Amino acid sequence: MSLFQIVPDRSQVNKQEIILSIRDLSVEYQTRRGVLSAIDTLSLDLYKGEVLGLVGESGSGKSTLGKAIMRMIPQPGRITKGQLIFKNQDLMQYDEKQMRDVRGKQISMIFQDPMTSLNPVQRIDNHIIEAIRVHEPSVTKDEALSRSESLMERLGIGRRRLNEYPHQLSGGMRQRVMIGLALALKANIIIADEATTSLDVIVEAQFLDLLRELKDEFGLTILLVTHNIGIVAELADRVAVMYAGRLAEVSSVDELFHNPKHPYTQGLLRSVPNIAMDSQDLYRMDGTPPNLVMPPSGCRFHPRCPHVMDICHQKQPWLVRVDEIGEGDEQVGGYDKHLASCWLHQEYQGSTQARRY
Amino acid sequence: MSDNLSSGSTILRLQNVKKYFPVKRDLLQQLMRVGEQQYVHAVDDVSFEIEQGKVFGLVGESGSGKSTTGRLAVGLLEPTEGEVIFEDIHLNKLSGEELRKMRRYMQVIFQDPMASMNPRMTLGEGVGHGLKIHHLVNNQHEFRHRVSEILDKVGLTPGDAYFDRYPHQISGGQRQRAVIARALVMQPKLILADEPIAMADVSVKAVLLDLMVQLQREFGLTYLFITHDLATAKYICDRIAIMYLGEIIEVGDIKTVYTNPKHPYTEALLAAVPVPDPRFRRPAPMPRGEIPNAINPPSGCRFHPRCPIAQDICKTEHPRLLPVPDQPGHVAACHFRTGDYIHLDPGPLINTNVAVPK
Repeated sequence: MSLFQIVPDRSQVNKQEIILSIRDLSVEYQTRRGVLSAIDTLSLDLYKGEVLGLVGESGSGKSTLGKAIMRMIPQPGRITKGQLIFKNQDLMQYDEKQMRDVRGKQISMIFQDPMTSLNPVQRIDNHIIEAIRVHEPSVTKDEALSRSESLMERLGIGRRRLNEYPHQLSGGMRQRVMIGLALALKANIIIADEATTSLDVIVEAQFLDLLRELKDEFGLTILLVTHNIGIVAELADRVAVMYAGRLAEVSSVDELFHNPKHPYTQGLLRSVPNIAMDSQDLYRMDGTPPNLVMPPSGCRFHPRCPHVMDICHQKQPWLVRVDEIGEGDEQVGGYDKHLASCWLHQEYQGSTQARRY
Repeated sequence: MSDNLSSGSTILRLQNVKKYFPVKRDLLQQLMRVGEQQYVHAVDDVSFEIEQGKVFGLVGESGSGKSTTGRLAVGLLEPTEGEVIFEDIHLNKLSGEELRKMRRYMQVIFQDPMASMNPRMTLGEGVGHGLKIHHLVNNQHEFRHRVSEILDKVGLTPGDAYFDRYPHQISGGQRQRAVIARALVMQPKLILADEPIAMADVSVKAVLLDLMVQLQREFGLTYLFITHDLATAKYICDRIAIMYLGEIIEVGDIKTVYTNPKHPYTEALLAAVPVPDPRFRRPAPMPRGEIPNAINPPSGCRFHPRCPIAQDICKTEHPRLLPVPDQPGHVAACHFRTGDYIHLDPGPLINTNVAVPK
């Protein structure tokens, strides 16, 4: 369809600087039926200035990962192992007081329903003033007010609306207030967890436009957690696909959509109706996502995989590079690398030397 | 609109249907008996018709009145004004008992399958409940046979084994299959599907959508398909009506509307849909603001406060749904695209001729 235009160059990503490095992270929930393995030994790097799309279905662990980064896993869940290296420090070593300084101020989170994140009996301006003064006690109330006014102006919320209460604003405006809170504190990383899911399509588009502008203006790094691959295609620089608590594939957005390697990614992309296509045969993926109290053995996708082999039942495939490895090209992961965890692609590296990311 | 729009046989017709919901006054106003009674104009003068054996889509944002229209169409709500005509029967002239008897011909599928199933009934009993209520089976043996057969049809195989399971024992996608089976078992003429796949997981959505397409073809079903997702609508619908703030603002064959949208709102809606391909970029800018309050809808054209091509006339004169020149079966309600001011058309909102992958 011709309603759409060519994508200009994407963003100002610093391909050298890793702002957040998740290493071998596992999260488990204690349930009545047993231990639920929500995230299993997951490693992922977030580069400064990028939008990393984190895609998965419900139960894939994508939201859990977002919360784990903030160390906000609700009971009865807990992080059982792993490291969260943020600015050369392991957040897992922080005590609760140190974490409070990270949450909101350095890493901010925006949820699907902004109404549950805002205090219904507090005016919008007080939300922002309070947030600023909690983290920066030296700022006076007047300074905080003028800072929030100019910021909200930038987000398209006029001075008059600052005197109102959350219920008086529309859904799109509330979501912009949430962004405003993150920006007021000059957060480095914003985790947007299904932040546009409750918005109507036109308001969602407005919000995505705003995020794109703000990202470059404020040098934000965004972890975009969503089930909507259309939004990922539109905003993300790189994509990580989660399935059943593990990473299935990580690559640049263009590679992922045009050269997907993992059968799950391939199926997912072909099962979504595309408005830009004149006719389309939707792919019908077998089965449903697994129960993570008793996850399938080996590769967790094997019961639904059209290419399943014997080894898939037995051994878990590692996340390895699946792009062409040039002469002298180092084997470690990096911004431009295409990674997937599938036995079909393990032969790219000698299995003894395969590096697990 | 109406008569010149369809060629095949019409199964359902809505004529100038309105539904106003009274707004509850606050306690003080009630005690003092002051304050004017206000109404939410949920559906305002809506007319359309659905052809036998076709999929008719009703699309709009939340608050556009699409679900209310759907409920009016199958007699679950009584219109404030206007007529709903199902196969030459005026639904609002029927008694409660007569309407109840009609219901077997008009089945519904809602968004949340768990909310649609009785958790204490086995799948078989729940799916086949309507058969018993309408006395369509003679004995338990026949009942079990009919229900198992339909469970097989929707992919819950073997149906006989699923018959005795409970809703909580199966996955969400399977539950929605059971809800589809419950609609089918009544051999309906019309199925109202209100966001039937919205709650399913991404990988399950396609399977359900495809199942609905297959069943529609196999049984020659007619769907009134309500969705907010324009990509899904494009996949399944033959014709589509776009709603905004209680009104239908454009109707046409799916291909015509998607390739040649006439109402500026339709244009914006189509352009706003994210394309699952990073090589496409949505054209900017989007209309300002959000869908307004349906208690006091804007004067004139209800879209005018957000419309990029609005002029003074749009604030005062209400545009009627009129035929698009040279496009049979395509109607839109915009002064500049179909109405008396077509000579003032400032051109498409979005330049549709640049574009395409890099």
